[in-house]
Amino acid sequence: MKLIILNDYDQASEWAAKYIRNKILLFKPGPDRHFTLGLPTGSTPLGCYKKLIEYYKNGEISFQYVKTFNMDEYVGLPRDHPESYHSFMWNNFFKHIDIKAENTHILDGNAADLQAECEAFEDKIKAAGGIELFVGGIGPDGHIAFNEPGSSLASRTRVKTLAQDTIIANARFFDGDLSKVPTMALTVGVGTVMDAKEVMILITGAHKAFALYKAIEEGVNHMWTVSAFQQHPQTVFVCDEDATLELRVKTVKYFKGMMHVHNKLVDPLPSGSKKN
Amino acid sequence: MPSNKSVSDAPITQFINCRILRDHHLQREDLWVREGRILDPEKLFFDEKGYADERVDCEGSIIAPGFIDVQINGGYGIDFSQPSNDVSSGISLVAQKILEHGVTSFCPTLVTSPPSVYHKVLPQVKVHGGGRHGAGVLGFHLEGPFISLEKKGAHPEQYLRTFSSGGKDDLMETYGGLDNVAMVTLAPELPNSQSAVRELCQRGITVSLGHSVANLSQAEEAVQAGASFITHLFNAMLPFHHRDPGIVGLLTSDQIPPGRMVYYGMIADGIHTNPAALRIAHRAHPSGLVLVTDAITAMGLPPGRHTLGQQVVEIQGLHAYVAGLTDVFLVLGTTTLCGSIATMDMCVRHFKQASGCSVEEALEGASLHPAQLLGISHKKGNLDYGSDADLVLLDDALNVKATYISGEEVWRRGA
Repeated sequence: MKLIILNDYDQASEWAAKYIRNKILLFKPGPDRHFTLGLPTGSTPLGCYKKLIEYYKNGEISFQYVKTFNMDEYVGLPRDHPESYHSFMWNNFFKHIDIKAENTHILDGNAADLQAECEAFEDKIKAAGGIELFVGGIGPDGHIAFNEPGSSLASRTRVKTLAQDTIIANARFFDGDLSKVPTMALTVGVGTVMDAKEVMILITGAHKAFALYKAIEEGVNHMWTVSAFQQHPQTVFVCDEDATLELRVKTVKYFKGMMHVHNKLVDPLPSGSKKN
Repeated sequence: MPSNKSVSDAPITQFINCRILRDHHLQREDLWVREGRILDPEKLFFDEKGYADERVDCEGSIIAPGFIDVQINGGYGIDFSQPSNDVSSGISLVAQKILEHGVTSFCPTLVTSPPSVYHKVLPQVKVHGGGRHGAGVLGFHLEGPFISLEKKGAHPEQYLRTFSSGGKDDLMETYGGLDNVAMVTLAPELPNSQSAVRELCQRGITVSLGHSVANLSQAEEAVQAGASFITHLFNAMLPFHHRDPGIVGLLTSDQIPPGRMVYYGMIADGIHTNPAALRIAHRAHPSGLVLVTDAITAMGLPPGRHTLGQQVVEIQGLHAYVAGLTDVFLVLGTTTLCGSIATMDMCVRHFKQASGCSVEEALEGASLHPAQLLGISHKKGNLDYGSDADLVLLDDALNVKATYISGEEVWRRGA
């Protein structure tokens, strides 16, 4: 595991975006070689998306040969509802870049057969050759995607009922009206994310500090589903100072001492490798 | 190829690098157009997996809905009210010329004329869409002849009429027919005017109050009967008086039926309305502002003598207003102001500068509000998905750079 500690949210977002940029560039995607990227929604990745858009506009990267798979979507929420994850992805990322619609994949929460929709999503990931880099965020209770506390760490893409905490937290996006908040979602499983070659988890803010502690300093536990990634061979946690508040000083000092090494991962690449 | 053929295989244009006027704000958004209408790119992306065939780089321009002029008497030597055998070619000429002012549709306006003129002119021009040939015609605006003698302005006195046959019959007798008429300006104090208002509204024709000495309650009754517009506010009506504010009082009236709105035309050419009066109106009722040019024959012509309806008017080259662009026009030998020679884009710029309003408000006064007034805001006057792609591209000083109708470029500066 790598733990990347930056001063604040903006720096953490930039670091994560540069990491994604470099991963795509080094992969050298092409017409017969797509880079597969797993993507989250929510407020945490917004800064990272902004930076990626900036790199696209600067001509540093292209998403022409990138395939994306989103983590989750609400059940029964119209696709064009402003809070749907389709709308989120369109407004905050897809409409600003050169990605092709046919290369983006978001679970359809309005599918007639939700179970079949979930199975088809797993098949699409397989057909794309698996996920190269899965980017995720977590909730204060340590959930990754909609894998609420108690979810199986071997779970696959499926229908989930949302925890009451999540419903209440989401009410602010639905006029504060609990009755308007969807109570079910389709989500990739912990196992689905575990299958990715590499996983990057963004954790920022003091309210996520306890979850980060549970994720990396305690044991693997299905009540904190993000802790499953302790067993993943390639996981990067990117966080800000606030999110480290519950960590041991020893842990923080150790990883801060590694920053000069880890920062090499986000150095600009020699121009030769920028072509894709 | 770009779109799913099950929906449409028509080419898609994406206007990029622009700020578009949507939901009352300039937004950094691309504008997508297919088959002459504004397309929802999110639907295109997710439902059709489609993308643009062509991208138009707007170089930072503002994109506003095409301007709509509901009161224009002519221009470029053409007077719509002059009886001729070929009115439509005159209207076509003006329609073509005003593209460069960002106008994409308009209501050719006829001033008070004898019935023979209406009978001859009205059947000649049908409502039609715009294009490369010129701005679209939304229907005639008939300003008169049912107007007040005292406030006739530049209208010829001998042709003024009253509703002596009860209203409906007078309309038919005078105009001959009401097909292809979008708006009628009348004076509500004329006896039987209410039945005329009702008859017009029933036919979907907008009724405007103007050239009138009506008091406020007469004006309110007309609004209750269906009238929804005030022709060139302040001009050709009683001046505002605090004990009887007259037609001007409609701007803040509490007698407007719920769900209804009164709009008012404003000639923002720097001459017809003092900037202070313009600000009073705008601050009292910003959402009702409709910018009109009230342009006459001489719009686009040099100073000199020109024809307006049955009269001769003279443009005096008083280059003292609006960056020296606007002149003053007088009925020959009198000091009565008649129409203006301002262009729509000049009016938008002048209104913004004189009122201190936002760019958005100035642009909506020439697009959204006139469309709402005419009941066509489901397809014109905005950049909502599904609306007609009638567009005007402007620089930050609101100079027109290009005009589009139904997604097709119909004018470009320097082209």
